[in-house]
Amino acid sequence: MNDPLIVSVSPHIRSDVTTARIMWSVSASLFPATLMGAYFFGPRAVITVALSILSAVLCEHLYQKALKRRSTVGDGSAFLTGLLLGLTLPPVVPFYVPVIGSFVAIIVTKQLFGGLGFNIFNPALIGRAFLLVSFPKLMTSWREPASAFLLFDARTTATPLGILKEQGYEKLVEVFGDRLTLYSELLIGHRGGSIGETSGIALLIGAAFLLCRRYITWHIPLSFLGTAAFMAWVFGGKGALFSGDPLLHLLSGGMLIGAWFMATDYVTSPSLKSGQIVFGCGCGFLTMLIRLKGGYPEGVMFAILIMNAFAPLIDRKFHPRTFGAKKQKSGGVP
Amino acid sequence: MTVTSFKGGIHPPEKKELSAHKPITGASPPARLVIPLIQHIGAPCKPVVKVRESVKKGDVIGAPTGFVSAPVHSSVSGTVVAIGEFPTATGKLVPSVTVENDFKEEWAILSDNPDYMSLSPDEMREKIRAAGIVGLGGAAFPSIVKLSPPKEKPIDTVIINGAECEPYLTADYRLMLERAVDVISGLRIIMKVLGVERGFVGIEDNKPRAIHAIAKAVEGLPSIRVCTLPTKYPQGAEKMLIKTITGREVPPRALPMDVRVVVHNVGTACAIFEAVRFGKPLIERVVTVTGEGVREPKNLLAKVGTLISQLIADCGGLREDTAKVIAGGPMMGFALPSLDVPVTKGTSGIVAMTAGSIAHAESFEPCIRCGRCIDRCPMGLMPSMLSIYAEKGFYEGAKDYGLFDCFECGCCTFACPSKRPIVQLIRLAKSQVKP
Repeated sequence: MNDPLIVSVSPHIRSDVTTARIMWSVSASLFPATLMGAYFFGPRAVITVALSILSAVLCEHLYQKALKRRSTVGDGSAFLTGLLLGLTLPPVVPFYVPVIGSFVAIIVTKQLFGGLGFNIFNPALIGRAFLLVSFPKLMTSWREPASAFLLFDARTTATPLGILKEQGYEKLVEVFGDRLTLYSELLIGHRGGSIGETSGIALLIGAAFLLCRRYITWHIPLSFLGTAAFMAWVFGGKGALFSGDPLLHLLSGGMLIGAWFMATDYVTSPSLKSGQIVFGCGCGFLTMLIRLKGGYPEGVMFAILIMNAFAPLIDRKFHPRTFGAKKQKSGGVP
Repeated sequence: MTVTSFKGGIHPPEKKELSAHKPITGASPPARLVIPLIQHIGAPCKPVVKVRESVKKGDVIGAPTGFVSAPVHSSVSGTVVAIGEFPTATGKLVPSVTVENDFKEEWAILSDNPDYMSLSPDEMREKIRAAGIVGLGGAAFPSIVKLSPPKEKPIDTVIINGAECEPYLTADYRLMLERAVDVISGLRIIMKVLGVERGFVGIEDNKPRAIHAIAKAVEGLPSIRVCTLPTKYPQGAEKMLIKTITGREVPPRALPMDVRVVVHNVGTACAIFEAVRFGKPLIERVVTVTGEGVREPKNLLAKVGTLISQLIADCGGLREDTAKVIAGGPMMGFALPSLDVPVTKGTSGIVAMTAGSIAHAESFEPCIRCGRCIDRCPMGLMPSMLSIYAEKGFYEGAKDYGLFDCFECGCCTFACPSKRPIVQLIRLAKSQVKP
């Protein structure tokens, strides 16, 4: 018997789910997508992702050491931020690009706001947004996916959404041959795009893992994707309403990685299920608004970032019903 | 009868297999008992015996000083050797009477009532009051108060709480298995006292043998039904139990009687039966002594006032790696600073936990707003916000988030991946502001 006995207040047992376990599990769930990125875009892509992760972890560690705080790199959140940033970069970028992106993500977006749990915006997405506006040319030059892993000298290409924006739907189908090939190539990931966003099937495997482990719920991703698909169907067609191609929009760009892995970030999304649905719908709406009417071919990143800013507001509006209380307790709360 | 459950809750490891198969056995009689004069919620008792006075088993030694109170009786025959303050399981010093056991087990004169069901409700109430019965589920609220609702609060349903949702504990389970008929007799007495025609026994579906035993005991009694509850903590919390069985929600700050329901624990029903049938006061109860740290877990019938260290000795003592001993269950029980504290009417179990089985976080991390606590909270609160407000010292602000609706079940704290002491912070906030 331990002497003296430990005395603390109840509860005396805890679940074995920890923040670190969640973060490392999400990182693990992105492994299939990373693998497909490596397969299609070669060693340069692997180096880009590795650099992004390494610099994110280093930034967090050095910042906390400099402030004489406990280093929290073990909780996996910096690793995950680095991984997510790396996966949203084009396959071939100069080596300084992921380093700068990780610095902005970890130091500016996360640590300066108080560290894990206190950041308003998704760090990886702010890192990417910073890179996009700083290096617009580098960040939008895409490589043709090559099935041969050791092909260093791939040709440049445009993303499906880029073709859609510039040349229209018919041209896009023509490039891929027919619609069925278009969908299957999008699902497998054989298309131009960011390293980790192209393979729909790999992302969905990761998402299924997270759903099974209950680390995420369906509320944000499905309301996000559902709203986007609905808008794509109604407004996405040439001329007539209700003639768009929702499947194309769901499978292209960063829609899947954004909806399942970025918008679901706990810290920057609402805590309550009802609020999460509003958040997801907002993300879907803004994404399609940018894609269909905006200057950029892709809108997932900005949509999620804008909704991140609304998350605290949504949380304030949506409250659970207190047990036994007559009606929803909204308002009155500071 | 199967039902849908309340919203929220958790599924901690049940750990009931350690002691569920052990029949109730008598604890070895202690040489000396320390009987606290406050064992219930409400006014303390004043001692009515003097040092060196001899007492019989069942003699009143502490008389209540108010309506919300319950008399305290001697659990053995013997001599009063001391009256003074003594520590209890919660760490508080409480006026207590120390009795030296003469091992003669001489009873005070009890009034036997073979024809007890023909007593009037008021006669029954008097017997229950005199027996000093309190809620044996842990809260120790005087039962007589629940059995005396004001006229403007009619009662139509009585529920016997056999959920026993706390992990490890099996005292109620054993009672339902071994004394099903007595439990049902107790329920029938309660129904007669309250003039109620509808009774339920709620049992979680992880106790099929208890469900079977109680179902057998209610055969031929159409007014009483067994209700199988989904296994989920805190299913045994009064409000959750009422919601699951009747669909009624007790409003915030209201009592079960406000929705026409009275709930009593399985052990309480048994004690009420013994009080009305035999005139027997509440001087002993079933205590589950269990946990990975106990060499031989048991369900012991222990006299009130027996030191917990003696019960543990009855169970072969503690293993070397025991790190924490809890009075009650691991979700809402009290960690004991010393094992030399007495069993009281509210002690449902003693759980000895080893270093490997307890959560002892030295530090905690910031809230990552994952929302697990909100999903688990059976009261529909936002524990994350309550803990953040309390952490920052904004206690008044916490009231807007339903601070005083929290009944401290601890689901939020169990589920928190950042290991934040949420319910502990909530308790801190509650102690700093008025409701």
